[in-house]
Amino acid sequence: MAPRSVSMRRVVVTGLGMVTPLACGVEPTWTRLLAGASGAGPITSFDASDLPARIACNIPRGDGSDGTFNPDEWMEPKEQRKVDDFIVFAMAAATQALADAGWKPESYEDQTRTGVAIGSGIGGLGGIYDASLLLHERGPRRLSPFFIPGRLINLAAGYVSIEHGLKGPNHSAVTACSTGAHAIGDAARMIALGDADVMVAGGAESAINRIGIAGFCACRALSTGFNDTPEKASRPYDKDRDGFVMGEGAGVVVLEDLEHALARGARIYAEIVGYGLSGDAYHITSPAEDGDGAYRCMSMALDRAGIAASDLDYINAHGTSTPLGDEIELRAVERLLANAPKRPSMSSTKSATGHLLGAAGAIEAIFTVLAIRDQIAPPTINLDNPSVETEIDLVPHVARKREIDYALSNSFGFGGTNASLVLKRFQPAG
Amino acid sequence: MSDVAERVKKIVVEHLGVEPEKVVDSANFIEDLGADSLDTVELVMAFEEEFGVEIPDDAAETIVTVGDAVKFLSAKSA
Repeated sequence: MAPRSVSMRRVVVTGLGMVTPLACGVEPTWTRLLAGASGAGPITSFDASDLPARIACNIPRGDGSDGTFNPDEWMEPKEQRKVDDFIVFAMAAATQALADAGWKPESYEDQTRTGVAIGSGIGGLGGIYDASLLLHERGPRRLSPFFIPGRLINLAAGYVSIEHGLKGPNHSAVTACSTGAHAIGDAARMIALGDADVMVAGGAESAINRIGIAGFCACRALSTGFNDTPEKASRPYDKDRDGFVMGEGAGVVVLEDLEHALARGARIYAEIVGYGLSGDAYHITSPAEDGDGAYRCMSMALDRAGIAASDLDYINAHGTSTPLGDEIELRAVERLLANAPKRPSMSSTKSATGHLLGAAGAIEAIFTVLAIRDQIAPPTINLDNPSVETEIDLVPHVARKREIDYALSNSFGFGGTNASLVLKRFQPAG
Repeated sequence: MSDVAERVKKIVVEHLGVEPEKVVDSANFIEDLGADSLDTVELVMAFEEEFGVEIPDDAAETIVTVGDAVKFLSAKSA
């Protein structure tokens, strides 16, 4: 096989879509995020009374008005019945993103040049739990033929491709909490290398169920000390933080070859200029204490972007509110910034949304895009008393207006898998 | 309409998300009601559950219309 040209094409973001614990939709979510709202509340969808963590960041379900999520707007009820929620969330976010981009491929050529890369950290955990009980209690004849296709992680991408007729690359990253960032980074690379002109990319997660919460409690990852004040529980960098708060939802972006976007007059939000990946090779759930994996990941993304750390204006941190992870990331960022620690603002939007696991990197990439669009850094809420001293602006409580040309979004996952994206305010000349 | 027919049609409407008036005896699950092969497997499971009967695979293959299901289940539950 003759190698294709290896010249890299420029990739821009032209569409955004999301369903988050703050709201359904990009603008309502962003407005609430900037206002310092929290998406956390008590768990009411199942009995959590015997669990150490009894709070979560649930999507606000409703009739679709006022930023609520109405699944019937995004997927036929008879299809919803067959799948776990992460697929419904992905459908909602993808449909929003494609509409936002004004991209509706109808010709065979356009369809085959448009792909999907939507991942999930865990996929249909709740459905697997339910089916296990059914199998145990009533035997194999009662298992639905939709049990398997409704739980598989790549069926989010599958459903989206079928709904919108997208026949290009169809891919799903599965890298725990780095999934969303890897999906976007990989998709951008497919466009850069010419495998597709447009990619619908992101992550989706629905692990707020009894087995999901119990499982993360078992590995001591969740906050358990704020069950009576859920909105205070996710508090990255604060000295009283005690674990993350589980979130759910999906984030999806439309990525596009720059020339393709310009040719059709698409609105361009930002350019993806850097992508870095690394492994800790250290521990299954704990980040490496020296933060070297995070440092190498960020460095690779900056190298790809061709910029120095001192060019960064905003960093959307992984910052999950776990006692160990937040400080390790902070130290890695300080090492990266070396003699320019005062330059960027760095915030953890997980303080408001909780941790959406496989969707986190995708919604945070979107927040990073919006930070560039609106020239404002979203806040880290609940940061009353930082546990460590740092010269880096952690944007406590209140969003900060500031110039943002280059921004970085970090995601680090179980297994020691790291991903960083660098986004740039769009300038036609590059 | 018999009680069996009522129950069969209710299941078909729920599972396939189709308009009740389309669920007539002659309606073919796949050709007229938009079901795929997995939908028909699930429909047969739903009939088994509703009527408390077991429908072996070779019998299930002969149930392709609403009328087929009504006829089979009427005979089974008679």
